[in-house]
Amino acid sequence: MFTHKKRPWTERLVDHTFIRMTAVLASVVSLTVFGIFFTVGFQAVFQGDLSSLLPWHPDSIWQGIAAWNDEETFGVRWGAIPHFGLGFLADSSWNPVRNDYGALTPIYGTLMTSALALLLAVPLGVGTAIFLTEDFLPQKLRTTIGFMVELLAAIPSVVLGLWAMAMLNGFLAAFTPLHTHLGWLPVFGTEPGGPNLAMASLILVVMLLPIITAVSRDSLNQVPPELRQGAYAVGATRWTSIFQVLIPAAVSGIVGGAMLALGRALGETMAVTMIIGNSTNLSASWFSPSSTIASLLANQFGEADDIQVSALYYAALVLMILTFLVNICAQVIVKRLALKYD
Amino acid sequence: MTSNATNPMATTCYPPAASGLTYNPYAPRNVWNRAMNLLAALFATIAVLPLVVVTLYVLYKGGGAITPAIFTELPPAPGLSEPMGMGNAIIGTAMVTGGAALVAIPVGVGGGIYLAEVARKGWFAQSIRFGVNVLAGVPSIICGLFIYALVVNTRILWGESFSALAGSLALAVLMLPTIVKTTDEGLKLVPQELRMGALGIGASRFVTITRVVLPAAVSPIATGVVLGIARAAGETAPLIFTALFSPFWPDWASGWGLLAPTATLSVQIYNFGIMPFEPQVQLAWAASFILVVMILAANLLARWLAHFSAS
Amino acid sequence: MTPSIADAIISCDNVTVNYGAFAAVRNIFLDIPRHKVTAFIGPSGCGKSTVLRCFNRMNDLIESFSMKGKVLFHGQDLYGPRVDPVEVRRRIGMVFQKPNPFPKTIYENIAFGARINGFKGDMDELVETSLRRAAVWDECKDKLQESGLSLSGGQQQRLCIARAIAVEPEVILMDEPCSALDPISTLKVEETLHALKKNFTIVIVTHNMQQAVRVSDMTAFYNAVDMEGSDGMVGYLAEYNETREIFNNPKSKDTEEYVTGRFG
Repeated sequence: MFTHKKRPWTERLVDHTFIRMTAVLASVVSLTVFGIFFTVGFQAVFQGDLSSLLPWHPDSIWQGIAAWNDEETFGVRWGAIPHFGLGFLADSSWNPVRNDYGALTPIYGTLMTSALALLLAVPLGVGTAIFLTEDFLPQKLRTTIGFMVELLAAIPSVVLGLWAMAMLNGFLAAFTPLHTHLGWLPVFGTEPGGPNLAMASLILVVMLLPIITAVSRDSLNQVPPELRQGAYAVGATRWTSIFQVLIPAAVSGIVGGAMLALGRALGETMAVTMIIGNSTNLSASWFSPSSTIASLLANQFGEADDIQVSALYYAALVLMILTFLVNICAQVIVKRLALKYD
Repeated sequence: MTSNATNPMATTCYPPAASGLTYNPYAPRNVWNRAMNLLAALFATIAVLPLVVVTLYVLYKGGGAITPAIFTELPPAPGLSEPMGMGNAIIGTAMVTGGAALVAIPVGVGGGIYLAEVARKGWFAQSIRFGVNVLAGVPSIICGLFIYALVVNTRILWGESFSALAGSLALAVLMLPTIVKTTDEGLKLVPQELRMGALGIGASRFVTITRVVLPAAVSPIATGVVLGIARAAGETAPLIFTALFSPFWPDWASGWGLLAPTATLSVQIYNFGIMPFEPQVQLAWAASFILVVMILAANLLARWLAHFSAS
Repeated sequence: MTPSIADAIISCDNVTVNYGAFAAVRNIFLDIPRHKVTAFIGPSGCGKSTVLRCFNRMNDLIESFSMKGKVLFHGQDLYGPRVDPVEVRRRIGMVFQKPNPFPKTIYENIAFGARINGFKGDMDELVETSLRRAAVWDECKDKLQESGLSLSGGQQQRLCIARAIAVEPEVILMDEPCSALDPISTLKVEETLHALKKNFTIVIVTHNMQQAVRVSDMTAFYNAVDMEGSDGMVGYLAEYNETREIFNNPKSKDTEEYVTGRFG
């Protein structure tokens, strides 16, 4: 018989320490997420750096809050949220001279570039995914094309931005007829003369395509082949079965991929900053320079101080909440629409 | 209903096939099919085109600017055209990205082990998974602002503000979710029998995980890590307010160069690309060339690793 | 050894199928009689399903597939250069091994095929008739708007049969339709087959010899041999006759051994 001999204590110690350590490392992720929200939120509410959270700091915010009424001596240096409130979101003036800030232009720019990019990238990406999952080309060639599209995702945003800048004149020439013929539409209302919102949307399309294509291709590949055979067996053509059976069966993944891409588009920084013109004037025209929240941050954060820094953090907070909501939606949609088929 | 039940062959409701079995190229459904085939092919072409065009353009513009001096000299002052180098940015990218990997790999692999091996279910593991997904969706520029507020602005790192180390931390935040996810998924692919086999002969969990499970999953994890590093190396937004930039060689006296503002290839592309000086723009293309070649190589390496694990 | 069939609806004329370099079946000569049930039996990997899938060009979906010979439907070569495979599949329906209802409502599962084929009549009536003829109406008449996937396996398979007959094909191909079903569902599907025989030509692949005896008029026994110059087994049609003859009075020894359960 075996005796109930315990394992040596060193071994148990190693085991326990190891398990605890992995738990600690895992919680670093959650801590980071919390830290990001907290930090950005803090900077949007207060001016000054994080160390003013420490009670013994000379500019400690606790001291200021304790002496709430005595604002002259111990005034807390309130940041953008107390200053501008929710009006920040609806105000289109961004004036560092008068220290008056509103983020409507970059919020509009963010939403508009992302929407335009998504509108173009979803059909293109899903179409490409269909092309890659159908038997138009031999399997090997399709795998190669799929790999190439994925490589596109690996090209750094800043390189795409540099390329877009080099290509700018060509694109402007392509935009000009739209203005000449459809100039009465507000969105084409200004003459394309330099970096603009339409350009930024196009470069976003290039960045979103690989995401949408890869995710859609994976979801289409996961549709059981029996479904296609079933559709073919009742006399469906290739495209009838694609539109009425395969895409509905893969819709959760496709929509999830599009949402993922949307989240990416909202926060995309470098290429957009280099090609959007970074103007904080609100314009209805897609051919006018504009800005997104991310481009505003990249462009202004370096030279900003005091309340402008806080206003930029406020804008960053808006961006974070936007992307957070989009990502949550994506996860919910994927779970909701997931096809129960085995 | 009843009449049909007794005489079910009421075939009159379908239009007769005019041409029998023969393919009718003008039937609406066939025209529609061919149009859609064309459209799909067109879309696929459009999707591949940017990669081909960008890659060729970068190779053409950047490849021409590559000289030995690129690796050994510093960039010229604005307005000058000598010397034409960016050795500092190449070293800087290696330092910042390497530092990020050193921080993110242990944390990410450890977190992945926790999710896959220690606590697959339960609210804590679920909340970590949720956190990983949220972190993966945080825009990269926000990682930069976060580290700026946490590290640069507070001068928490030995009194220094902008530094390579701060840049590494920002990139590490960016890499972390990728590494946790690939580790988690890679470990889940390891067959349960392997764990049982090891635990069954009396191995402790520590030994089971580090000696048996982890080695079995090393190639999917390595694939994810390589891709994560490649992606981080090309990131710019998290670096512009953390590692900043520098026209000089790393200041080795300042924490082995880690505690001083540091040039990186990606920030150099941004800073030089928007300058009106031709030599700077050329250096931006050269930097793009090096980054793109490096990243394509890393992707091929990752693919090879994945292939290696499959066989 | 092949009986001459006067009223053949499908005929194989020296059909040989390859998947890439791998030969699946070779030199099949076979006539399928109209309005009868023909069973394909034989050991695994002898090419029964392959031949079946040649009849409605379902093999076109497999990239490496290639075929020599002719498959005649009403005397017209299904693989002729100007034939529309979509039209072929509309006239020759199919029921698969695994029930594969579309992820749509039960109603839509039936209506889908009818609609894409330009059905002009009363859709509700068609849905009911089809479900009745597939003997699944009573089980799903109250939940026509629920997903087809909510049905049990046997019900799903009969839904798939209903789906196939709703487009009124001339021939229904069945690829081991009962292999994923329990005995009671199997029995129901077999009853359905009996009822359908009057109006349709049915070709059924089965592993179950009792089933072949119960449902079929004709039986084709396929076998596989190790061929020289080819890796793996190659299928061929060993014997084809009336079901009665195949099971009671087989001509070849292989057939006899197979139907008496000595191999397979």
